[in-house]
Amino acid sequence: MSTIGYDSWAVDLAEVGAVYPFQGSEGLMVVLGVVFWIAWHRIQFVREGQHLEKAKQMGDTEKIHNLLEKY
Amino acid sequence: MDGNLNALTTVFTEFYYWVTVVFMFLIHVGFCMYEVGASRHRNHMHTLMKNIMIIPLVTVTFFFFGWWIYWAFPSFPFFGGLNYEAGAANLPWSQNMATNLSDRITGVFWAAFLLFSWTAASIVSGAVIERIRSSALWVHAVMIGSVFWIIDAAWGWHAEGWMVKYLGYHDAYASGVIHAIAGGYALGVIMVLGPRLGKFAADGTPRDIPPHNPWMLTIGIFLIYSGFWGFYAACNIPVISPEGIGGMLTGDTWTATNIYLAPTSLSAITFNFLMSLSGGLMAAYVVSKGDAFWTFSGGLAGIITASAGNDLYHPIQAMLVGAVGVVVVYKLHYWVERTFKLDDAVGAVAVHGYSGVVGLIIAGFLLWGAPSSPYEGFATVNPVGQVVGAVIMFGVLGWLPGFVIAKMQAAAGVLRIPVEVELQGLDYAEHHAYEDAKAEIIAADKAALNGGGVPAE
Repeated sequence: MSTIGYDSWAVDLAEVGAVYPFQGSEGLMVVLGVVFWIAWHRIQFVREGQHLEKAKQMGDTEKIHNLLEKY
Repeated sequence: MDGNLNALTTVFTEFYYWVTVVFMFLIHVGFCMYEVGASRHRNHMHTLMKNIMIIPLVTVTFFFFGWWIYWAFPSFPFFGGLNYEAGAANLPWSQNMATNLSDRITGVFWAAFLLFSWTAASIVSGAVIERIRSSALWVHAVMIGSVFWIIDAAWGWHAEGWMVKYLGYHDAYASGVIHAIAGGYALGVIMVLGPRLGKFAADGTPRDIPPHNPWMLTIGIFLIYSGFWGFYAACNIPVISPEGIGGMLTGDTWTATNIYLAPTSLSAITFNFLMSLSGGLMAAYVVSKGDAFWTFSGGLAGIITASAGNDLYHPIQAMLVGAVGVVVVYKLHYWVERTFKLDDAVGAVAVHGYSGVVGLIIAGFLLWGAPSSPYEGFATVNPVGQVVGAVIMFGVLGWLPGFVIAKMQAAAGVLRIPVEVELQGLDYAEHHAYEDAKAEIIAADKAALNGGGVPAE
């Protein structure tokens, strides 16, 4: 039993097509991939909002002046 | 693969696109260096991260739906509807979109288009540095990289595209389909986003905000040139038989073709790439009175202006077209900046957007009557088709969605960073922690040197 559908490469390559594991579950893989992508945006969006709120209160005038001098 | 000749052609094409994609990666390296060089010290990491994360986000979304759009949309919306059959082979759950020994081309061809998508998103990224939220920019990157630019590619950069067929639209090396759309999109976003603090004096006079690192910026633009050369090769089909073009070419001589399957050669586009680069550099040097950054950007603008017709121009024509475009673009950039108080941080709207539009229009006149495609019944190249095409690329698929999406983000309060953060810099939170840690170690070492403590190890 092989996850890719081939137990041996002693085959006619003209007959070989897809060779990745779990063929037939492409739809499920796409759903998982899209969920991962959307979730990433959501996590990043929330964290950036929190970070910017925190950063607004953070400013130490002297340190910011030094930073501005560095251009 | 049926027979050795077909096998050789397939493997050559697979290798050809792989090589072009690797060269095109340099465009993104160049954009990163250019943007970081142009941004101020306190925004480096944010600027870099903003551009780097375009890579995964546009890649995965181009896999999920961008590539399908290219194949399904050429006739959309009024000239035959969606092509579900062509689209089906390029859906993310298709077995062609995976490790598959019976299809060696889809992955590398997909990647060549994907790198164009990164470029479109990166062009927008440059215009908005130092004041946009990353989350907002990354939504724009997905929208232009995996939706809008690929719709324009299906319409105007596909052998069956309706704009090619009915308008005679000709844009072989992407004056419009990458550059005009990205420039237009960037314009839409910066109109809503507003300028960087300090860009305009109280009386509205624009100030120059010079790059913090001119060297980095210069190397960046040279990398973009290098990648752009690879981009030109990626716009060609490397070798194809007349039968492969539906028998529309007579005889039995194989050829390279442009994206429309019309004959061309790497020789032709190499002549014209380098001559348009040269024309752009020379004109920019003169018109900017030797300003270094405008001169370098002018080289890029020269190529972009000539790109629409660089499969067919004479090299001297390519040089002059590049030169004309740069003069128009330079003047237009400052006129727009002064008149509308818009801050285009790296001149992206000008160098990509205005150049693209000017290049499309010039090609309409210079190539008037030339066949845009080998297929019978297709309209020939003409000025009206090119002007309409420019409006669609820059305005309809570029400016409009950029403006609307940015308006929605602004209304939700998620487009621009807070003023306090803009003043202290987007890297401040990380930067001052780094500086504090450094100061603590130095203090500990100094104390140890004076015999008053334990050295930092």
